[in-house]
Amino acid sequence: MSEGYTPRELMVVAAGREIHDLEVVFVGMRLPLLGFGLAKATHAPGAIGLFENGVIRDRPAEAFIYTMGDPPNIAGAVACVRLLDVMSLLQQGRVDVGFLGGAEIDPMGNLNTTKTMPGGQLVRLPGSGGAGDIASLAGRTVLIMDHEPRRFKEHVAYITSPGHHADRRRGGPATLITTLGVFDLRQGRFRVNSLHPGVTAAAVRAATAFEVELDDSVETTTPPSAEELAYIRHADPEGFWTGDPVRNG
Amino acid sequence: MNGKRRGLHEAIAENVRDGDAVALGLALESGIPFAAVHEIIRQRKKDLSLIGPISDMAFDQLIGAGTAGRVIAAWVGNVAGGSGYAFRRAVERGIPRAIEVEDHSNFTVGLALKAAAMGLPYLPTFTGIGGDIVKDHPRVRPVTDPFGGPSLLAVGALRPDVAIVHVQRADEDGNAHLWGNLGLVVEAAYSARRIILTCEEIVPRDVIRSDPNRTQIPGFLVNAVVEEPGGALPASVQGYWRRDFAPFLDYHRRSSTVGGFQAWLQEWVLDLPDRGAYLQRLGQPALARLRVREERLAAPANFAP
Repeated sequence: MSEGYTPRELMVVAAGREIHDLEVVFVGMRLPLLGFGLAKATHAPGAIGLFENGVIRDRPAEAFIYTMGDPPNIAGAVACVRLLDVMSLLQQGRVDVGFLGGAEIDPMGNLNTTKTMPGGQLVRLPGSGGAGDIASLAGRTVLIMDHEPRRFKEHVAYITSPGHHADRRRGGPATLITTLGVFDLRQGRFRVNSLHPGVTAAAVRAATAFEVELDDSVETTTPPSAEELAYIRHADPEGFWTGDPVRNG
Repeated sequence: MNGKRRGLHEAIAENVRDGDAVALGLALESGIPFAAVHEIIRQRKKDLSLIGPISDMAFDQLIGAGTAGRVIAAWVGNVAGGSGYAFRRAVERGIPRAIEVEDHSNFTVGLALKAAAMGLPYLPTFTGIGGDIVKDHPRVRPVTDPFGGPSLLAVGALRPDVAIVHVQRADEDGNAHLWGNLGLVVEAAYSARRIILTCEEIVPRDVIRSDPNRTQIPGFLVNAVVEEPGGALPASVQGYWRRDFAPFLDYHRRSSTVGGFQAWLQEWVLDLPDRGAYLQRLGQPALARLRVREERLAAPANFAP
């Protein structure tokens, strides 16, 4: 079964690889949540997870959760503190890495989850939640997005979660994981780290409205191992977050 | 009536006035006081300012029903489905009425409540710098560090007229035990002018006093105590109720059109007199599936002097 995996399973694995052992992680929902559990189960057993509702965990939830507030995410937590407590740790600089998503991204790693203007028509999106805080204050951020032309813009319509900018005190976007590849966003560049198996440079250029640094020797994203896939399918047995009708391999 | 015990109808009628700033949904996805949300809609309150971090679909329902004139929040939508369609219609097209939106991040709306809770005009922060949320924001201004450090942003105090909080248990004086997700519950409770408490059960005063560290809201701040078991459904309540997923998806699907929203509102809010009727409509099989029967008790803590 290890040769068959979904694009989202590959993205979870790539997210998990961004977490190092003993790091403090501001965990999001969906794919990063699974990535955190995967990292804990494999190469980063000492990582600590913070959730913006105030939950602090040193092990993944014991049962499948849809939201960070679900009861299995509280049972067995090491602490349930207040939102301002975990945000304060973030502001102090005690969070190593945070995960973010967005509807739109630009070359500086600015993310928009507030409003878009397709064809001049306002589309109101839900807003920041804690994303703007994680983007502003984490030691580094890992961004996860679907790689589509309408999302990868020269300028985002609204900066909900700031990327690289002159007044930044720390951190900023470090890695971007998309449905096509893994990108290095440090120091405000936008360079391909690896392309997912079967993805061409032309496909990335076609889906990105701005210049991407990409050389001929670009690597291929290492596919999930059998162990990694076994964890993901244990944690997401119905494929709620990671299922996809299109299977690679 | 003597004391603070109320039915939900009276508690909302007495404590939520047209034009009030109402904070709710403060623990994020859990403990959302949906029974109170629906009662506010039934009483046709209007021009409310809704305050909260992420309200899941509660704010969307209040906006779609025309109760809100303003939203002060970090996120408005439906966690299960993404967009809140009623919120979108109000912002994009003024349906059923135009609303003002004061965008925040979770941290800034929390700091605004905390400043009010501390009796301060503002609290400084580094969050948001370089982004658009804090630009031209009515409650955020640049501020200089008097100790010579880098410049910051000041987040102005935000005092709700009323905070509505659902907890596991309280005594009849309103001393409230809450465990699990805390989010911004305490900051909102301490900053609000009035507090409506809904709870799974009213317990004897001695139960509260047996574990004072679990008292997140002291009763002298509370105006009304409502025993409303299941009052947060379909949101979860730790130790009492699992999250009921289907209603979030059902609402998301049906609220995508004005007609669908109205039909949903009629069926699940306007046609029902109270929360008891809501639970009855959910039905015994659903309630049995959602109710937490297992026990995972905390170890006792010895408070002997």
